[in-house]
Amino acid sequence: MENGLIIELKGVSKSFAIGGGREFLALKGIDLEIHQGEFTGLVGPSGSGKTTLLNLMGALDNATEGSVRVLGRNVESFSHTEAAHFRKESIGFIFQSFNLLPVYTVFENVEFPLLVAGVAAEERKKTVTQALEWVGLLDKMYSRPTQLSGGESQRVAVARAIVKKPRIILADEPTANLDAENSHNILRTMVKLNQQLGTTFVFSTHDQKVIDYLRRKITLVDGRLFKDEALTPKLAGNDK
Amino acid sequence: MLQFILKGILRDKQRSVLPIVVVGLGVMLTTFFYGYLKGVISGMLSSNAKLGSGHLKVMTREYAELEAQSPNDLAILDVPGVLQKLRTFAPDITWVPRTRFGGLLDIPDKNGDTRAQGPVIGIGLDLLSPGSTEVPRMDLKKVTVEGRIPQKPGELLISRDLAKNLHASLGETVTLISSTAGGSMAIHNFVVVGFTHFGMGPLDRNLILADLSDVQYALNMENASGEILGFMDSGYFDRDAAEAEITRFKQTELSSLLVMHSLADSQGIGDYLDMVDVYVWMDLGGMILLMTVVLWNSALMAGLRRYGEIGIRLAMGESKGELLRWLLYEAAVIGLIGATLGACAGMGINYYLQEVGIDISEMMKGSTVIMPPVLRARVLPEGFFVGFLPGLCAIVLGTALAGIGIYKRNTASLFKELEV
Repeated sequence: MENGLIIELKGVSKSFAIGGGREFLALKGIDLEIHQGEFTGLVGPSGSGKTTLLNLMGALDNATEGSVRVLGRNVESFSHTEAAHFRKESIGFIFQSFNLLPVYTVFENVEFPLLVAGVAAEERKKTVTQALEWVGLLDKMYSRPTQLSGGESQRVAVARAIVKKPRIILADEPTANLDAENSHNILRTMVKLNQQLGTTFVFSTHDQKVIDYLRRKITLVDGRLFKDEALTPKLAGNDK
Repeated sequence: MLQFILKGILRDKQRSVLPIVVVGLGVMLTTFFYGYLKGVISGMLSSNAKLGSGHLKVMTREYAELEAQSPNDLAILDVPGVLQKLRTFAPDITWVPRTRFGGLLDIPDKNGDTRAQGPVIGIGLDLLSPGSTEVPRMDLKKVTVEGRIPQKPGELLISRDLAKNLHASLGETVTLISSTAGGSMAIHNFVVVGFTHFGMGPLDRNLILADLSDVQYALNMENASGEILGFMDSGYFDRDAAEAEITRFKQTELSSLLVMHSLADSQGIGDYLDMVDVYVWMDLGGMILLMTVVLWNSALMAGLRRYGEIGIRLAMGESKGELLRWLLYEAAVIGLIGATLGACAGMGINYYLQEVGIDISEMMKGSTVIMPPVLRARVLPEGFFVGFLPGLCAIVLGTALAGIGIYKRNTASLFKELEV
């Protein structure tokens, strides 16, 4: 499943002004390549630069130095609108908190990205139903977020991220608010999507449960790439 | 998208109720205020027009210069001829001659000596000819509270208060002492056949009404009349139409001897109308400003409450412009609902006040201003939009101001912001 290069970082540094003319260097000279279909985790302690790196890959922020190419495009040259369009077309996000829209049903939450992308109603219905089937929530499509458990909410968030079939999904601590059983459920769902759809998953995590599913672990320490290792997942999509 | 917005508005009461209430109330008050003000002004103009100035007034140039003194020696001669020309000139306006005069009303005792005497203001108008438009215009059947309307020459209506002061009774012969158009003393007897009560202070104190032919005879001004009044068919004074008629009149041969004035020219009414217009627009501006500030604040609160939603949508790839447009659409839908409800409520109140009115006759007893005894609002088509459009503008403007915050959101901090 893994083949073409879809994320390429060369000499990437990112600094933030912290007042008094001083700067905090969050990323230092990162060189990294991620290929299509990878199931990769950015691992490291708090403040190691995991989320900053996700921001750069997701066109949410620009590098201070170096180049970030995602899907063959140089994302730091994007204007705000171009970056938004790029995210809308190519990237799905999963957050630590599920951030579902509380007034809309499960179906409508998953439908929302397609609505924003201007997809026709018939096509939306078909695609949303398919996405809910992938995450096993067809029976909850008319429920409101407040009627769902944490695990179900995160599965809706996953369905929302994959419904437009992005080539990359960036997930920031997706299991942080879930118990062990729900964490495994959601991760198995992601592995299944990765295997069936070829979607590339990049996680930011320090949760061992997530790490157990990874095929590649990139360890960051103090903004530097400390270790990049291929893993044999301890838990496959169908295993517990 | 509209369906999605409507679902959000209907399901999220916090998103919709406060703005709908604010817009609804603001629009209702504006619509009501506009209709009420227009109604009261119309009523006042109508009273002034019916009882004094007409919507248009034709006089001789000389009479116009001394109009306040009602100088009947400078009256229009050959009234039938002038009336015919005016009816040809403007057939959609009803032209009627009237003569105003002053004098003393003398009530004799059984010996013919003066028992009581008092100053009066009189109006001579067409009361006797078949199909007279003056009787309904002056609402004489209603305001003749005792007795009847004159049915033959020599009969007189006097105000009830005047009759009370002079101890005059129905059927009694009274004497009008005045001056003729030629300047000599005029003495003429009338029979009092009715008492009037207009509910307007100046008219109820010492007004007498007689048929124009009697007044012409008494004041020695056959075929003459102080004024010819014009009334628009709609019953309402249209200032622009009146100005247009005056402009047109100036191009006719009649204008060599006569002048035409509009109601707005009399007694500073034009200035008053200008002032009212300024107040209306100030009120509308103030209402928009007030609503905008409240709705801005409400939109800011909604923005805080929906911080997470806005963040996730930015992350999902909506541009800030798209997001702001969505919020503006949402505001427009909420505004449409609120403004429609408010405008309908305002129009409803205006309709009620148009039909029922507020009786102020008791308050106006001692007043010297000609005001209708019942204040009525007026339901006008533009009244709906006068409130509706500002209400809609206010919520869209308030949301736009609050939406500036979206442009300050930094997408780089979305992961952190959306953690909680």
